[in-house]
Amino acid sequence: MSYQKKEDIGAMLLPLLKEHGVDFLPFVPDAGHASLIELAFDDPHIQPIVLTTEEEGVALACGHWLGGKKSALLMQSSGVGNTVNMLSLISSCNFPFVALVTMRGNFGEFNSWQVPMGRATPDVLKAMGIQVYVVERDDELPKVVDAALYSAFSSDQGVAVLLSQNLIGRKEW
Amino acid sequence: MLKRRDVTAKLNDMRGESRIISGLGSSTYDLHSTGDTDHNFYLWGAMGGAAMVGLGVAMAQPDSNVIVLTGDGEMLMGIGCLATIGVQKPANLSVIVLDNGYFGETGMQASHTNSCVDLAKIAAASGFKRAETIKTEQELESFLQLFQDASGPSFAAIKVEQEAPPRSLPILDGVELKNRFRRTFNLFPK
Repeated sequence: MSYQKKEDIGAMLLPLLKEHGVDFLPFVPDAGHASLIELAFDDPHIQPIVLTTEEEGVALACGHWLGGKKSALLMQSSGVGNTVNMLSLISSCNFPFVALVTMRGNFGEFNSWQVPMGRATPDVLKAMGIQVYVVERDDELPKVVDAALYSAFSSDQGVAVLLSQNLIGRKEW
Repeated sequence: MLKRRDVTAKLNDMRGESRIISGLGSSTYDLHSTGDTDHNFYLWGAMGGAAMVGLGVAMAQPDSNVIVLTGDGEMLMGIGCLATIGVQKPANLSVIVLDNGYFGETGMQASHTNSCVDLAKIAAASGFKRAETIKTEQELESFLQLFQDASGPSFAAIKVEQEAPPRSLPILDGVELKNRFRRTFNLFPK
């Protein structure tokens, strides 16, 4: 069985991203982001961009900002490991940066191979100077993502919002 | 064989208002050696990211020409970027690789392009509108005549001599490099 699609997450996040003027959504897909990606492909005001690896999205977001546009990177926690050196761009240049990270390897994970990177995700981000906000419940999600977008784009901060498996649901096997 | 600094000087002569993003190491020094300008964004790190920074600028500013100038090692580390650019097809982006077949900054170890890997073929197969391997002065001239006509994305792997010209170092201050580049688009720090 596959993930149940979390329709409500996409419907909750898309208006918020547009309200903050986010133009691009670079992504390496995750089932937890599926509804948001799908809605964004149907929206003329926000452009999803498929990546081959998450580190591309970090450099791409910096390029967008250099050209005056905003992006938010969508990925799952395993992808955080792929971004590490590229995150030095955020620290070295104080680029605004927002990543929405769906968690694997926590809260009821069946696939134990996902656990090591899931466990390391917050520490890896913090070690690279990225602030970490964690969301466990649906009703906290808009407030936390709003705070992340505001902090990043109002004063050049790097913020990752971790969406717990408690929120997005675990993958059923 | 073409020399990297001659190629960079020619590119600089033809650039007009183009923004240039340079990959870390020799490409950054080469670009700086042609004369510093706010239209340059030099990478000092983030290996594998130059093409994506360029794609970002090109997508954000579709009416401006954007050039990525990098080396074969840096391009190989971000080789998936070619696929991502191929899907987006920004007409205003050119990726130019100074391909000497070596990792020049670390002791001249042979890279993949020194063996069997053909970057231009990878770019062509990824959906670049134009993708060439350039070995002669004449091929370089004709590429440079065409590369700013907004019919990209275009790609050139320019085969250059294995040499290490004197370093020409831009400032290291990333915040300043970011802000001055943004000012060329009339964007100001908040």
